[in-house]
Amino acid sequence: MPSHTFTVNGRSVTVDAPDDLPLLWVLRDLLDVRGPKYGCGVDVCKACTSHLDGQDVRPCVVPVSACAGREVTTIEGLADGDRLHPVQEAWLELDVAQCGFCQPGQIMAAVALLRRTTEPTDEDIDAIANICRCGTYVRIREAIKAAAARM
Amino acid sequence: MTGRSRRTFLSYLVAAPTLAVATRAGADLLAPQQAGAVVPSLPAPADLVDLGDLFKLAGAPTAGMLVLTVGTDGAVRFRLPREEVGQGLTTAVAVLVAEELDLRPADVRVELDDARPELLFNQLTGSSNSVRSLYDPVRHTAATARARLVAAAAARWQLPTAGLTTAAGAVHAPDGRSAGYGSLATAAADPGLVVLGAAPKPASRHRLVGTPVNRIDARAMVTGAMEYTLDLDVPGAKPCVVRRPPTLGGTVVSVANTAAVRAMPGVLDVVTIPTGVAVVAETFGQALDARAALQVRWGPGPADQLSDEQVRAKLRAVNPPPLLPPLLTPYVDAEFDFAFVSHAPLETNGAVADVRDDRAEIWAGLKAPIVAQETIAAELGLPLSKVTVHVVQAGGSFGRRLFFDAALEAARVSKACRRPVRLMWTRVDDTRHGRMRPATHHRVRATYALGEVLSFEHRVAAVETDFRHGLGEIVTATAAKLPLGLGNATLAQTLFLTTVKSPYHFGLTTQALTEVPTGIPTGSWRSVYSANTRGAEEIVVDELAQRLGKDPYAFRRAFLKTDAQRAVLDKAAQEGRWGRPMPAGCAQGIAFHEEYKSRTACLVEIDTRDPGHVRVTRAVIAVDVGLPVNPRGLEAQMIGGLTDAVSTTLRAGLHLDKGLPLEGSYSQFHWATQRDAPREVRVFVLPATGDEPGGAGELGVPAAVGAIANAYARATGTKPRSFPLDFDVDFTPYPR
Repeated sequence: MPSHTFTVNGRSVTVDAPDDLPLLWVLRDLLDVRGPKYGCGVDVCKACTSHLDGQDVRPCVVPVSACAGREVTTIEGLADGDRLHPVQEAWLELDVAQCGFCQPGQIMAAVALLRRTTEPTDEDIDAIANICRCGTYVRIREAIKAAAARM
Repeated sequence: MTGRSRRTFLSYLVAAPTLAVATRAGADLLAPQQAGAVVPSLPAPADLVDLGDLFKLAGAPTAGMLVLTVGTDGAVRFRLPREEVGQGLTTAVAVLVAEELDLRPADVRVELDDARPELLFNQLTGSSNSVRSLYDPVRHTAATARARLVAAAAARWQLPTAGLTTAAGAVHAPDGRSAGYGSLATAAADPGLVVLGAAPKPASRHRLVGTPVNRIDARAMVTGAMEYTLDLDVPGAKPCVVRRPPTLGGTVVSVANTAAVRAMPGVLDVVTIPTGVAVVAETFGQALDARAALQVRWGPGPADQLSDEQVRAKLRAVNPPPLLPPLLTPYVDAEFDFAFVSHAPLETNGAVADVRDDRAEIWAGLKAPIVAQETIAAELGLPLSKVTVHVVQAGGSFGRRLFFDAALEAARVSKACRRPVRLMWTRVDDTRHGRMRPATHHRVRATYALGEVLSFEHRVAAVETDFRHGLGEIVTATAAKLPLGLGNATLAQTLFLTTVKSPYHFGLTTQALTEVPTGIPTGSWRSVYSANTRGAEEIVVDELAQRLGKDPYAFRRAFLKTDAQRAVLDKAAQEGRWGRPMPAGCAQGIAFHEEYKSRTACLVEIDTRDPGHVRVTRAVIAVDVGLPVNPRGLEAQMIGGLTDAVSTTLRAGLHLDKGLPLEGSYSQFHWATQRDAPREVRVFVLPATGDEPGGAGELGVPAAVGAIANAYARATGTKPRSFPLDFDVDFTPYPR
């Protein structure tokens, strides 16, 4: 079984897994990192959205072999200890979450967007394709704008 | 104003080392009121007694099992015999407890109760009923706890209780002394303690109820710490997926390559269960690979030849034509079709099961856990007391988690392979083999003369909705399984008649349901019959208004029955600037809905200029639930209902094709994404108009369906008749 070494939320990890095993299952089943959620497995719902070297990716379609030597950040790695990321703070203030299942992915997508632009337009926000089945979209939009203003 | 219920409560001490209080409900009184008149319509059954009332009555004798405890560490815990699926119930309950105990909502730990068969009908989460049924008993329970804590402090300090106050988790004396709840918890549990005056606060003294409160579980959600079923750390529980048949309800005849699949990397076991072939592996990735490699010969299901066309034909055939109108009386006729719709909660169906020879433990998101426990115990041949069913907070439900199929599957697999398993449905399975909102056909005829509506007749034909979860326990679930579907049909008629009603004085009003059994899996979907039934009616209301030369808002205003109804309609029209000019291809639409003692009006604006991307651009919603407990949570429910309506009215539905939906993932079942959602949504929660909360969980859907369809009609000059409106098969289906 091939061995893969990379960083997860600042911690170096080595896992034995087939090269093509999706990162999502490496995180959830081998490393017990269960913030990223399964919602579709084919990069459609985007509930598992996490960061690979700071870029947003969907771990359900990233083979573990593609992560070697790189830095994976999941929702668990976003806060600085007890100090939440401004996007998480905005999510709390605007009481965005309903069932909450998509929100780790929504937050990671929003953080990635705010890395690309400090002043996201409505069109930029429209381009976030993460599904929220509860339909919290308008609060997500407001939270992204609130976080952008604060950052 | 419609029917009201009144109940009395008895709170009592539960024997425990520290304070534990429970509450039992007493007698109920239902007092219907008469409606006023235009061409008056008699009250519909749902005007007098709605489904929520029935659930409140059914649950009343056992409401006493609601338990609040105070620990020596001061922790206040409330065991909630309901499921949280995102509707914000645990926060609402925390608000009620915190109100009576003078705490902050975040100080109250609301824990989802395991299945407790002694609760009978009182552990079912549905029918927008939780806050309605819990509002009084939760407050009585907490008020009794507070009274006991105050009495314990009074006894300790040798002071009269009258001068003592509570704040910030402590009892305070006028002389400055104070004692934390934790330090009083043991003394307060003394049965000999004399306790007087344990009534809940009057509404005039509420400082939390009615004010916006953020979710108590939000921090866990935004940090990834929230544990859903498959995030739980159950020792030794291995990933498990099930290969399912190519048609709904198909059976496993044989598996050709079990040994080869067992030998695949990471695979631990392959087990045939009634619903398919299960693979257990070290990771879900390996389980999915093994599942794909299985060579299975399948037997037929009960509806292998059934496609949308036949379903529509069947529904039309059974739906009686409207009564002939009187000669020369003008009338409006309309027929509507609504497609099947997946519940599609983002957390797919799943469960964890640990079945041993002499006991079993199950974890799942369950809205009817008692019937799950009873069924699983019978299936495993274990006494009920040896099967523990934990209710886990879930990633959405929309009605789906009334059923416990994943829990039953996980129990069967765990028993067969003799190890704990974490069973997960794939998204494609969840969309295709999960339950569906039944397709419906509607015939509506309204007659009018001299500016009045004389009659309003609505015949609904629907694929049978499965209510075989009963009222949450095995007796009614069994009744629903009676031969020939008679039991289920009776429940369906009860549900229809106790939920669907017209809010308008449209003269002789008839609403009737005919159901068609098909053998495919269905289930209640948020707002059950009302989304389609009332949605269709709101479209006809616009067409009637047009025929009579009236403005849709003014027309509704004239025919609504009560001032409370007109108040929400007026609020939405004013705040939404009804009638403001819109560019060609864009329009406003408005609609109204009332259910479960609550009412709402929805005004939307739609942009149809790009036929490839019709978008609801703005929405204004007014809502009156009688007594709002948490306006921020209520607002969230209305936003959710709106998104349901945006999705199912415009693009999201399932095509049934030879016994299986074509749609697999969200790329095919077109649920709204951010680009489809209105950029501006404003929700106006009206101040309390009553002294108890109405239902709110499903309220938002029907009015939004009507408003969106009406806006679309006005923007395009068409008559919307078939939903979703844009329902092309614009994808290549996944293989069966």
